[in-house]
Amino acid sequence: MAQVSGIADDQSSRTKTLRIARFNPEKDTEKQFMEFSVPVEKWTTVLETILDVKKHYDHSVAVRYSCRQATCGSCGMIINGKPRLACFTKVSELDSDVVTVEPMNNFPIIRDLAVKFERLFDTHHKIKPYLVRDDTELESDEKEFSQSPEELEQYIQFANCIKCGLCNSACPTMATDSSFVGPQALAQAYRYVADSRDKGKDSRLKIIDDSHGIWRCHFAGSCSQVCPKGVDPAMGIQLLRGYMLGFRS
Amino acid sequence: MRESTIMKIHYGTALAAVALVAVHILMRLTSGGFAESLEYEAVLANYKFIPYAIMLELILILLSVHGFNGLRVILLELKQGKTYEKAVSYGCLAAMFGLIAYGSRTIIMTNMGMV
Repeated sequence: MAQVSGIADDQSSRTKTLRIARFNPEKDTEKQFMEFSVPVEKWTTVLETILDVKKHYDHSVAVRYSCRQATCGSCGMIINGKPRLACFTKVSELDSDVVTVEPMNNFPIIRDLAVKFERLFDTHHKIKPYLVRDDTELESDEKEFSQSPEELEQYIQFANCIKCGLCNSACPTMATDSSFVGPQALAQAYRYVADSRDKGKDSRLKIIDDSHGIWRCHFAGSCSQVCPKGVDPAMGIQLLRGYMLGFRS
Repeated sequence: MRESTIMKIHYGTALAAVALVAVHILMRLTSGGFAESLEYEAVLANYKFIPYAIMLELILILLSVHGFNGLRVILLELKQGKTYEKAVSYGCLAAMFGLIAYGSRTIIMTNMGMV
């Protein structure tokens, strides 16, 4: 299915080859790549090149995207072998004439570059990603749950998670253990456990304390390497282990 | 048993085993040379010296617990499924007890002069 197409007269240094993985689980047995010659400027993002292909050459390329500003977490994919957000990755920064885009690893493929997020959202939901308080405390309109800057510092970077799934895609444990909670959910568990306003620590720790929970992390650190928002899930997991081993309270 | 309890045992047995194996190796090196310490009579004498036999028994238990839990973890990550996971957990537990029983039998029999 390999194909070369593009703008005939555009063979300048500003033309790059975009290789898009095509896969339809209902028909295909393995991924195949289609190649397109695409014009790029120094500010062109990978998502823009994919949308360019959709607009001019092949509208059937499946890709999920929305905000185009690294906020919604929809356009995660493997770009030149590394999980990245397509809208947040400039073609120029890849330093390569060939840009290969594939669907994220460790996610079931819907079609082409679009993957199913059910497992990510299920595990995220499982760890209770919200503040747990006693109901009586929430009845008063005047009550404030004040925090010191030091208390905020404990968890604030983890609140930047956009649920893009890049960390889960990079995680080697996720690749073999289909029941593993994953770095995204574990980092979010830490975010709420470390929040001084939260009262749900014990129940959250209980949820992740199973045979496919926090203990299956081998601290490869890939999750932290690929996070586009600067979150460090590997560190969150180690800090969470501190709670479970009794080093933190 | 909760996974955190199992992992605390896993880490604890690792640390204790490192300490005891270090003592064991030092004993080999300081008691008349390494080669001599491995001679048949020297090994039998070690087993008959009760404090040393107890230390060997402890090493056996620590390494069996740590090793078979490590194997359980590897196998659980390799494949998933309720039946498989139960089989792995109970299989590793049975193998651990089996190895400890067989090793203890050797230590006790040698200590009592039955070998």
